[in-house]
Amino acid sequence: MKRFSISPPVAALLLAVILFVLSGLLPNGYGSDLDIARAQALNILRLAVFLGVIAAGQTLVIISGSEGIDLSSGSIVTLTAIATYVIVNGADERVLPALLVSLLIGAFIGFLNGAGITFLKISPFVMTLGMSGVVTGAIIIANHGNVSGKVAPIMTRLIARPLSPEFPIPNALIIWLVFGILMWLLLERTTFGKNLFAIGTNRVTAKLSGVNVTAMNLAAYSLAGALAGFGGFLVVGNTGVVMIQLGQPFLFPSIAAVAVGGTLLSGGKGSYWGTMAGAIVLTLITSLLTTMQMPDSVRRMVLGGTLLILISIYGRQRSLRQ
Amino acid sequence: MKRFRMNSLLTRRPALFALILLVLALIINFILQPNLFAGDTLNSNMRVFLPIILLAAGQAVVILGGGIDISVGGIVSIVNTILAARVGLEGSTEAMWQYVGISLLVGALAGAINGFFVAYLRLQPIITTYATSFLYAGFALFILPNPGGGIPASIAELYRNTSPLGLPLAFFVIAIVLGLWWYIQSTRYGNYLFAVGGKAQAAYETAVPVTAVQFSTYVISGLMAAFSGIAITMLSGSGNADIGSAMTLNSITAVVIGGTALSGGVGGVAGPVMGAITLGLIQNIVSFAHIDTWWETLVKATIIVFALAMPGIINLFRRRE
Repeated sequence: MKRFSISPPVAALLLAVILFVLSGLLPNGYGSDLDIARAQALNILRLAVFLGVIAAGQTLVIISGSEGIDLSSGSIVTLTAIATYVIVNGADERVLPALLVSLLIGAFIGFLNGAGITFLKISPFVMTLGMSGVVTGAIIIANHGNVSGKVAPIMTRLIARPLSPEFPIPNALIIWLVFGILMWLLLERTTFGKNLFAIGTNRVTAKLSGVNVTAMNLAAYSLAGALAGFGGFLVVGNTGVVMIQLGQPFLFPSIAAVAVGGTLLSGGKGSYWGTMAGAIVLTLITSLLTTMQMPDSVRRMVLGGTLLILISIYGRQRSLRQ
Repeated sequence: MKRFRMNSLLTRRPALFALILLVLALIINFILQPNLFAGDTLNSNMRVFLPIILLAAGQAVVILGGGIDISVGGIVSIVNTILAARVGLEGSTEAMWQYVGISLLVGALAGAINGFFVAYLRLQPIITTYATSFLYAGFALFILPNPGGGIPASIAELYRNTSPLGLPLAFFVIAIVLGLWWYIQSTRYGNYLFAVGGKAQAAYETAVPVTAVQFSTYVISGLMAAFSGIAITMLSGSGNADIGSAMTLNSITAVVIGGTALSGGVGGVAGPVMGAITLGLIQNIVSFAHIDTWWETLVKATIIVFALAMPGIINLFRRRE
């Protein structure tokens, strides 16, 4: 196995840089204007934050193995976005309670997922898919008769705006960086992280080495739900409006971001850095296709094709003939 | 002890649970809608259920073989747009049948693309077929950017109101699908399919052509998706590139309610077919129970989650004893 290889997160990041540089050559690209290029790059990174945060929970459950996946994250995002919107209602002092409620709603839904998967032995794909339907039902009820609410100025300031006129770095990006460091600490420097990789690699050996697999599974899904809830809070802070289909478009890209970032979909191996790189690549491709003013049909096909190529490069499973 | 027997029965006959659910759904539906078994109602229900039944049957084969196919909805959309855009409302019957043939080829080809990536390049099925679902949905949108087009009214009429021997056409289609499945099950290919889905590595070591079997399941699924697309086009009579997008997840739910495990190697096609009918009946029940429109989605989703959780709940009680 001594052959040249680069780690998937680096590969994904490299791809993003190359794509971005090439995009300057497009007819309506940034050309030779570096200021515009920087502004565009920052904007793409800013947009990647939301996908990146939502994909964080996805990374956790996928690492936890046993076909772990969270198909309810999209609907959790919508639900907590609506909750934040209604609770905050334009007042700065209600932002923290809203954040707390978002995290709790997400954690509760995630806990239900985990309970169904661990105790009732329902496969994660089906359990979270069913939960997504239930949450969507709850959204429809919550949303009926038009929700009234408003995001607070401080949310817009902290999420949608740049740091200051001199340093035009989006605040969301700084939040993401801190978030990324926390995720790294969680995965690499805590018992939780160690146990998560352990149950992802082999549940039986993990159990025999004293890992409480049931508790770990419940914790992984609850945390994934809470992170999706945090994603919903951030998304509404950026958009400033809510709609019934706010979160669903993030669902499959969040799984794709995890896969592109080199996390094994079978569990036990992966990193949040990879997911961050994956989120940047996916956001970049989507926004490039939008800039190129491709019709929706071509956009979808290019997205599907790119994804297929990316996973062909490093998403391959072990060969049967070992 | 009695519960233990029931549980082992459920393990050995996964379709039994699907049958119980189906009968339950039929009874509740019958109470809410007393004319359920009248010829007309039966036919109008079955022709609506048929596309998802066909899709679930194909999905079941892939899942039995240890994979999953997220792209079936995209294939349904492609077939729907090809028929609606190429045949047209004023088209001839010959053109229709010609494009039905082309549709089947396209479905098999789309399945072969999935199979190539999953079986030969050994990519993970969920993410691969997710990627191809974008390719297919995009292609459908390319063929028919705006909803429209159509098929000759006579063909639609043929699908909607043919009832040989006084039974809905769908019954005969289901009988053919199940008959084929029972035949396949008894062949060597059937054994291979269960072996590959159960434990691909062990199957490989005992000289089962794992790659070819995996590849074939995606071709079968693509073909069944094409049949499903043809059925839904005849049902709706028009084209819409988005028609299949909601069907993928329904097909997977039908398979699981039908007692076929997502981990592969356990189950069959009869269960998923019953699962698909149950899903349709649940929709009926929710609409006939006069539930507030706003609550419909929640009620339906909760019923489905309970249906999915039921075997687990039974198991939980058993272990408590």
